Amino acid sequence: MKLTLRVWRQRNADAPGAMSTYDVDGISSDMSFLEMLDVLNEQLILSGEDPVAFDHDCREGICGACSLVINGDAHGPERTTTCQLHMRSFRDGDTIDIEPWRAAAFPVIKDLVVDRSAFDRIIQAGGYVTAPTGSAPEAHATPVPKADADFAFEHAECIGCGACVAACPNGAAMLFTSAKVNHLNVLPQGAPERETRVLDMVAQMDAEGFGGCTLTGECATACPKGIPLVSITGMNKEWLRAARRVAKR
Amino acid sequence: MARTMWDSSVGKKTVMAVSGLIMLAYLVVHMIGNLKIYFGAGEFNHYAHWLRTIGEPFMHYEWTLWLIRIVLVVAVAAHATSAYQLSRRDIKARPSAYVHAKPRASYATRTMRWGGIILGLFVVWHVLDLTTGTVHPGRFEHGHPYQNVVGDFSHWYSNVIYIVAMLALGLHVRHGFWSAAQTLGVGSRTRDRALKTLANVLALLLTAGFIAVPVGVMTGVVS
Repeated sequence: MKLTLRVWRQRNADAPGAMSTYDVDGISSDMSFLEMLDVLNEQLILSGEDPVAFDHDCREGICGACSLVINGDAHGPERTTTCQLHMRSFRDGDTIDIEPWRAAAFPVIKDLVVDRSAFDRIIQAGGYVTAPTGSAPEAHATPVPKADADFAFEHAECIGCGACVAACPNGAAMLFTSAKVNHLNVLPQGAPERETRVLDMVAQMDAEGFGGCTLTGECATACPKGIPLVSITGMNKEWLRAARRVAKR
Repeated sequence: MARTMWDSSVGKKTVMAVSGLIMLAYLVVHMIGNLKIYFGAGEFNHYAHWLRTIGEPFMHYEWTLWLIRIVLVVAVAAHATSAYQLSRRDIKARPSAYVHAKPRASYATRTMRWGGIILGLFVVWHVLDLTTGTVHPGRFEHGHPYQNVVGDFSHWYSNVIYIVAMLALGLHVRHGFWSAAQTLGVGSRTRDRALKTLANVLALLLTAGFIAVPVGVMTGVVS
């Protein structure tokens, strides 16, 4: 396959960026999108140019490190992560636009790499349980109804890649935050912090400069793990419940 | 509690949802009342007069009406203020657009902000037109709403303003009602289809019901 790539190049956080055009040849349709970028970078290095910086780690679709908005879609045209997107989703001769996640709370560090530490701070604000650590507890010590376990697991699937923020026209982190709130709030292990968790995580989300939800549904469409839009509804419910409870104390 | 609400983006959306639902409930009643125009001047004017006497003798003349007006003004102010502040926040959160941009969300979703502004301006015009009579194009007489409405919609631009605003209302309600349910946490996977249908039905009924009045005047059914 022969492709034309238009890639966002930006030297550092303060430098202005622009789209640069590159031609790549000899791309196999079995390559992943990141392998295609590796080919581009080898080409750039050989010609003495600065390779394109992009985030990646496991390349198995489970770590949440890779990003990229490809032709206007977070993680590209398939419902998966960029590392699991294969070149067979494109055609020979295609022009592909590659841009970084765009959000005020995700500043560009270099080229396609953005700073997603705002997500870490949202997790620090309440995305944990204060259970004592140590050896694994006996599995039947804390019974969890099957429906709750499934619900928690569905939301625990979030890998924190930030595609929801990138896809949202408001740069909102509602889907990410709601995934963690729902995951922990439904479980008995998360019950002691049920109120403070949602209040603190939403407050941190606001403080980081993420936008609000206007229910366009873009986040859920972009999510490679299929966190549903109704997850946000669930968080709103938890937030309202917590605000009432805390006011009574 | 009030502070927590107003300071949080989730809380402020709740203010939008509740104020929106108050206005929506009012609009349903308003629309049904408007349709009485099809039963002639006597019934319509009598209904308009009754609105001022609701709750008598406990309430004085027009007290209930003013109470409703105060609630509505508070709802409009809360809705507009939170919309403005949330929109500012949303726009700031996405400072640079994608080079490869594509329109995605439905038309109703994308037009919430401009639609809201159009509706806000319409409300001002509507009150000056048919409540105070300040911008009424014909001869406005207090206590004769039937004649005032017919006089109003005998002018083409009144019809245009009114119908455009009612189409904007339909779109606004379509996305707004469903969104309010999500914001208030009453949406769920099983209820989603019912809520979306209800939003569409409300939007259609309100738009059709309100537009029926200028259409009635234009076609001569109401004269």
